[in-house]
Amino acid sequence: MSQDNEQAPVSTESGIPVDPLYSPATTKLDYGDIGDPGTFPFTRGNFPSGYRHKLWTFRQYSGFGTADQTNARYKYLLASGGTGLSVAADLPTQIGYDSDDPDVTEEVGRVGVALDTLADAEILFAGIPLDQVSTSWTVNGTAAIMLAFYVAVGKKQGVPIDRLRGTIQNDILKEYVARGTWIWPPEPSIRLIVDTIEYCARNIPRYNAISVAGAHFRDAGCTAAQEMAFTLADGVTYVDAVLERGRMTIDEFAPQVSFFFYTHSDFFEEIAKYRAGRRRWARLVKERWGAKNESSCLFRMGCVAGGSTLYAPQPHNNIVRIAYEAMASVLGGVQSMFTSAWDEPFALPTEESTTLALRTQQILAYENGVARTVDPLGGSWFVESLTDAMEDQLVAIMADVDDHGGMVRAIEDGYVQGLIAEEAWKAQKMIESGERPIVGVNVFQTDETPADLQVYGLDADGRQRQLDRLAAVKRDRSPADVRRVLKELQAAAEQPDVNLMPLLVEAVEAYATVGEITQALRDVWGEYRQPVVF
Amino acid sequence: MTAQPRRVLVAKPGLDGHDRGAKIVARALRDAGYEVIYTGIRQKVGVIAELALQEDVDLVGLSVLSGAHLGLARQVLDALRANGLDDVKLVIGGTIPASDSGALLDLGVDAVFPTGTSIDAVVAGVDALWPGGTGGVPPTKAAEAARKETGVAAG
Repeated sequence: MSQDNEQAPVSTESGIPVDPLYSPATTKLDYGDIGDPGTFPFTRGNFPSGYRHKLWTFRQYSGFGTADQTNARYKYLLASGGTGLSVAADLPTQIGYDSDDPDVTEEVGRVGVALDTLADAEILFAGIPLDQVSTSWTVNGTAAIMLAFYVAVGKKQGVPIDRLRGTIQNDILKEYVARGTWIWPPEPSIRLIVDTIEYCARNIPRYNAISVAGAHFRDAGCTAAQEMAFTLADGVTYVDAVLERGRMTIDEFAPQVSFFFYTHSDFFEEIAKYRAGRRRWARLVKERWGAKNESSCLFRMGCVAGGSTLYAPQPHNNIVRIAYEAMASVLGGVQSMFTSAWDEPFALPTEESTTLALRTQQILAYENGVARTVDPLGGSWFVESLTDAMEDQLVAIMADVDDHGGMVRAIEDGYVQGLIAEEAWKAQKMIESGERPIVGVNVFQTDETPADLQVYGLDADGRQRQLDRLAAVKRDRSPADVRRVLKELQAAAEQPDVNLMPLLVEAVEAYATVGEITQALRDVWGEYRQPVVF
Repeated sequence: MTAQPRRVLVAKPGLDGHDRGAKIVARALRDAGYEVIYTGIRQKVGVIAELALQEDVDLVGLSVLSGAHLGLARQVLDALRANGLDDVKLVIGGTIPASDSGALLDLGVDAVFPTGTSIDAVVAGVDALWPGGTGGVPPTKAAEAARKETGVAAG
């Protein structure tokens, strides 16, 4: 590589052309379209005083092994200044299998914590008062069951239900496309999501019942514009479903719908993505659904800095990547952030690398002043013009999804999956050909031996502890109670207008397992069948 | 007549649902002349071996990102043998530490492609599993002729 930069890409990663210079001659700003922070259409942010009023939440994703191990890590994170917990559950928990299911023994406690029954959830939050933390759950297929766990643990701790705070991801559509923890087909799955949204709106006003997530589309390979557009289209699907049930108005639940993204490396495009997404959602809420309260229009979002933009060669470069991505996220106005650890591409992060990731956010928050002024890039000829171009792309991609019958249909047909696989293929080719430079990977390589990958497996002791606890719970509970509540749950599941949440809380309080509850519903609803597209 | 392309089953065993890499490899092998079937995610080992039998494949390619590669490779090899598919080749890709490569090869896996392997290297590694590195299409005269006729490279 030389300083000759003639070959540098002249468009963003989403393909939006970028000029060398923006000025009043190239860009006409219409401030009415932009608006002050905290006012419609919220281009400049949700709140009039930005981060001066309240910093974003530093939320580090964590969970591994058994509930007692993860509980210790949570206490460490809170003691180091973390302000929210984020539960990583193992795959059996996310897909609805118990730790003693012979098909899943390899996966117990591997990529997150194993939660089979309420007994595990009680240990997970032991000594952590649930009225003083907010807890985010990256769980989707079994999200309603995890919410039931949280409500039940709160009750045991004596915390009034309306004091609980947090988020369940609870976004099944992107699971069908990208992340894969689906269980039931779309229709009953969306109904269960509607149940949770209704339940939270009525009982837990400070709990986000859903975090519509684009992050996983992004890590599967799509562009920034597709990430935002598919996420908005999923959001439309869920909101339409709640309104179709006809028991709530948009203003009664919109404030409990939140969003979640990856911030990748194309700095200004990421900022424009957040600004354009916020404006697009505000317009949808007001114009499509006729919200009366401006607060219903807020596009509250969390993000991850890192993910698939991190590489194993020259891994310390990742520290720099994460810092820039974190800064773009703050300039884009996110409400919560997870910063990945630099060693994530090849290892389960250590306490040291996890702490450094948190420090990256603290330096942004307290040291370098980017949080001092609300939307400091607002009014920039370039950023406003990129925001407009991004919004145009969002509208076009969402119209294309509509042409394919909406998001559910476009997913069942494999259309969305095909679009993403195409972008992943192109990105891979561009990196391998050097067309997209990645420092230390395809340019400025060294011949240092890369660190070997480490994989985490729950030790045999941990697995045995988990199996013993599950066996003890099954021995001590009342089998008659479990049978009765599961039967009631199945009967209710056959009636689409009955809210299943109260019964799910009852089921976990009877110590029914995640696997039993999931299977009971699978018996009624069947299982999703994936289209295969590559 | 043209030669039949070699058939590949790309498979995702276990519960992990991240299949960006599996899909890229499936497409690369298809572009290189193989006939590729992809199972989709979350497939049970028995189902993978059954598909390998039904689809009469020459190669099974596993993608594993969860860290469970050693156990899963062992189970798939056993299941293939139980179905009488001893001659079907098995390769594996994903988040696999270099220190586990030897153990996988000792089990009977034919090649390992850890995270970071380029598309070209995967295709070349698969091609090399057959004598002369002939890849997607077996080296029959018909195939040679077909290749010359259509100008399509077969890997």
